[in-house]
Parts: sequence; C-alpha cells; structure tokens
Amino acid sequence: MTPPLLEARDLGKVFGSVIALRDVSMLVRAGEVTCVLGDNGAGKSTLIKILSGVHVQDTGEYLLDGTPVRLGGPREALDRGIATVYQDLAMIPLMSVWRNFFLGSEPVTGRLRRFDVARAKRVAREELRDMGIDIRDVDQPVGTLSGGERQSVAIARAVYFGAKALILDEPTSALGVRQAGVVLRYIARARDRGLGVVFITHNPHHAFPVGDRFLLLNRGTSLGQFDKQDITRDELTSLMAGGAELDELAHELGRDGQPGGVPDSGRPAGGAP
Amino acid sequence: MTSVAADERMAGAGWVRRLLIRPELGSVIGAVAVFAFFSSQSPVFRSADGVANWLDPASTLGIMAVAIALLMIGGEFDLSAGVLTGTTGLVLVTLATEYGWNVWAAMLAGLVLALVIGFLNGLLVVRTKLPSFIVTLGTFLMLQGLNLGVTKALTGTVQVSGLRRADGYDGARALLAGSVTVGGVDFRVAIFWWAGVTALATWVLMRSRAGNWIFAVGGNEQAARAVGVPAARTKIALFMGTATAAWLVGSILALRFTSVQANSGIGQEFIYIIAAVIGGCLLTGGYGSAIGASIGAVIFGMADKGIVFAGWDADWFKFFLGGMLLLATLANRLVRRYAEEARR
Repeated sequence: MTPPLLEARDLGKVFGSVIALRDVSMLVRAGEVTCVLGDNGAGKSTLIKILSGVHVQDTGEYLLDGTPVRLGGPREALDRGIATVYQDLAMIPLMSVWRNFFLGSEPVTGRLRRFDVARAKRVAREELRDMGIDIRDVDQPVGTLSGGERQSVAIARAVYFGAKALILDEPTSALGVRQAGVVLRYIARARDRGLGVVFITHNPHHAFPVGDRFLLLNRGTSLGQFDKQDITRDELTSLMAGGAELDELAHELGRDGQPGGVPDSGRPAGGAP
Repeated sequence: MTSVAADERMAGAGWVRRLLIRPELGSVIGAVAVFAFFSSQSPVFRSADGVANWLDPASTLGIMAVAIALLMIGGEFDLSAGVLTGTTGLVLVTLATEYGWNVWAAMLAGLVLALVIGFLNGLLVVRTKLPSFIVTLGTFLMLQGLNLGVTKALTGTVQVSGLRRADGYDGARALLAGSVTVGGVDFRVAIFWWAGVTALATWVLMRSRAGNWIFAVGGNEQAARAVGVPAARTKIALFMGTATAAWLVGSILALRFTSVQANSGIGQEFIYIIAAVIGGCLLTGGYGSAIGASIGAVIFGMADKGIVFAGWDADWFKFFLGGMLLLATLANRLVRRYAEEARR
C-alpha cells in the first residue's frame, strides 16, 4: 500500500513549561477526510500549526509521502502541497475576490513581471464556477461575502494551487446550519478531487458525515484515532465531550442520581489503539 | 421576465458601486469643489500661471504623500519622513560646501543615508512589533536633535548654505529644481517628478505582485503571512520607499533654495498623512490609493495658494485644512460602508 499523504507519529510540542501536545499520531490518505476533534485547549491549533509548518515539533516524526520532514515555514508547506485555510484569517476583507484568490502566488507576465490581472480575474471566475460557488462579481471585496462563501473561496483557492493535502481550521464553527452545510459540501468535493483533507472542528455533527477517520484530542494528548466503521456518531459525541467526565456531570446535574440523558454513557473513556 | 429585469438592476447597482468604491472619489469631489471655489474668488487662480503656481507646493508634498500612502496602505506610519527631508538636504549641502564634495556625490551619500534610516525604521517595526507610530516618533525626535546638533557643531549656525558654488550644482539643479516651459508657462520640474512618482506608485499598487502584498499586509498581516506573502520584506521596502521619497524632496528643496535650515521638514509629517487620508487611505491600513494621495496634495496646494490669491489672511489655512480632513474622512467612511453593505 502507498504510504499516507501525511502522517504524524508521536508528535510533541512544549511552549516553556506548558506541554501543548504529547504523543499525538494521525494520518491522512489521498481522497480521504481525517477529522481532528477536541474541545478548546485540546491541542488542535498546535497540531495544525505543526502540520502547516508554522511550528516545528519538539518530539516525534512528521512524514510526507512516507518521508520524515522538518518544515521551515508555511511557504515550504505550501510548496510541498499542504494548504491551510484558517478560520478567521482565511481572507483579507478589503481586497477583491480575485486579489485574495491569487494572494502570495500571483501570476506574472511580460519582461517587467507584472501581475497578470486579466488572467487572475478569469481564472478566479472559472475556478469558483467549477467548484459550484456562485459569486456574481470577482471584483467585489471579500468583506461583502458571507462566512461560508469566504471559506469556500479559500478552499477553491487551495484546490486550484495544486494542494495535495488541505488543512481546514474550524471552517464551520462560526457558521449557521445552512452555511455550514455549504462548506461541508465543498470539503466533500475537494476530497472527491483526490485531496487528503484534515478537518478540524469541535462539532461531531459536522465531522461525522464527511469524515473517514477521527482523531480525538483532549488536553494535548490523543484519545485515539478511529476509522469510521469503528465508531458511531453517539460514541464520537460522548468521547468528544469527555466521556466519563460527562457521565459524572450528568449524574451531578440529574435528579436523585438519575443519569441526565447522555447518549451511550456506558462506554469507557479513552480507548487508545 | 422579472428575473431579467432584476439582473439589469443588479448591473446598474454594480456600476455605481464600482465607482463609489474607488478610494479616490472623495478627494476628486473635494478637489473640484476647492478649485471651483477659489476660481470664483480669483481669476488669476484659474489661469495657466496660477495653475503652475499652486501645482508647485502640491508637487513636493505630493511626492511624499504618495510614498506615505503606500506605507499607510501597508498598515504603517512614518513620522520621521518630514524631518528626513531636512536631514537629506543638510547632508547634501554640508558635504558639498563644508567638505567640497561634488553635488552628485553628496546626493548619492544622502540617498544611502536615507535608505539606511528607512531600513532601520522598517527593521525596528517588524522585529519589535511595536506600533510604527511610536518607533518612527522616536526616529523623528532623534533626527530632529541630530540635524540641529550636527549643523551647529559644524557651522556654528542653524543653517548650511552656499550650495550654488559647489561642483555639479547646475546640472543637478536643472534635473531636480529647474523649470520647464510649456506653452509659455513655466512649470517647476518637480511637478513632473511628482507625476512620475504617482504613476510608478499606482503601477506598483495595481499591477505588480508587490502591490497585492502591500494591500494584504495592511489588511491582515497574519492572513497574508499564512499564504506565503513576505510581510516583513514588504514593510521594510515600504519604509525604504518613504525614505527615498524624503531624499528626493529634500534634494529638490536644497537645490532650489541652495541652503537648508536645521529645523526644515519638521511638522510636515502630519501634512503627508493628511493628504493621504484625504485621498482615501484608511488609518487602519489595507485600503487607499496613490492617485488619491496626489489629489489630496493638489487640494493642499490649491488651498495654500488660493487663500493668498483670494487676498485672505494666510492664518486661515490650517483651519481650512482641518475642516477638509474631517469632511474627507467622514465622506470616505460613508462611501466605504455603502460599498461593503451593498450586497449582504
């Protein structure tokens, strides 16, 4: 079998005296979606910052196509085909759609290496249309787009620039139900085009329908990586919310010791492979 | 049929919005209004000689305003830009008169010094991540002290003069501080330098990769960095750009007057920012235009000379300038809100 597109083995990262991440392993294959789930402070951001080249791990191995790498920065990650779409800094609101689309990788033409504006506008329009994104005018500032549209444009941009792996940092968390559905559809479309997708979220209801594999993080450590056939949505939700901890909370909040409606509360916490 | 009608309306709204969203719009309206006003007060103001007259102060201010506009679009300020015009002028005249340098060599030395100061400004801002307002306020005060201290130590007075007698003066003066006669009217050559700087800056902003990066680092530096924009290099280059503009203006003024006061340029830094803001630059960065800043400088030039042409007391000039700044900022904000909310 071909090595996974992107693999982490026992990654660890320490900031001063804070252990942000310890012994976290995960993998992403082409044409699959790996979801990273965890509450606030679980280490999701640290993990994706290592994967996208912002930080370098202190311990463990990071492999691309089976080869260990140490990324020198986000630019190197991009050059190796790893594109990251951040939740709040995916786009620059005052700039037009086409300027945002090509930001950092502008096409140039002629001896003066001028920005090929005509081509940038045409390609942006075509690519958005191919992804099924309905944007009337690529000249409009990104600030006038809805949150879902912005994420979608960012995903289309990564796909166009030949990303092999796409890291999405909470793309659905600030969105309403309908908008989140739109973004999930583009994630599926990127997957169908053969990209490996890392989808970070704290919402198991967004992760479950689109994910092939689920990595659960809690307080900087892994609760395990599960294939879709090995876990149900309810188990995922329960694990995500802290499993036994939530049982205890339900017990505490429930009346006369009756458990307060936590699904599948019998499952033990943990379950690392 | 209704959908077709709706589409046509949409196209119309798009056209209006595209015009309104231009950052220069407010300044163009302002310039037309100011021109119309002073033209009605004084026939000389609207004559060709009058135009050449008020384009002159607009030109040296405009060169600086354009460079400052680029820097502000990139999200930074440079308060040391005004006093740097004095520093470069002092270097030019001091080297040429006290040390007998050729004017061209002295200008080159001034350029090197300006580039070093611009580089240091930029480096300090990107390394310390302190607000550039504070960093350049520091260099502003340091340069102000240096200008005065060194000039006094060398000459015993607060000015250097006598550039006329230096080698290479005539050629340098013709290139930077001479006049060109067009249709019987003398225009200062600085006006053409200003036009060139504006054209170059506009090309860089609108048609180069660097332009895209300037908008991006000013709009959201982290987002720009995340997609691989060399944010630190872009900002340092912008600081070096304003320093180069300060050198150009400092040299033009030194060659024109053949002497430089140790306190020259002080207080100009805010005038540059005002012109850039009137021209549509946001104080928060990420938005603005080079042409707008130039038109802001034109408004300034017209008001500066127009008040004299109209026979008023020049003391009113600052009052006028302040009012203009407030009006322009309010107009720009309204227009931008409309443009951004047009589709939501």
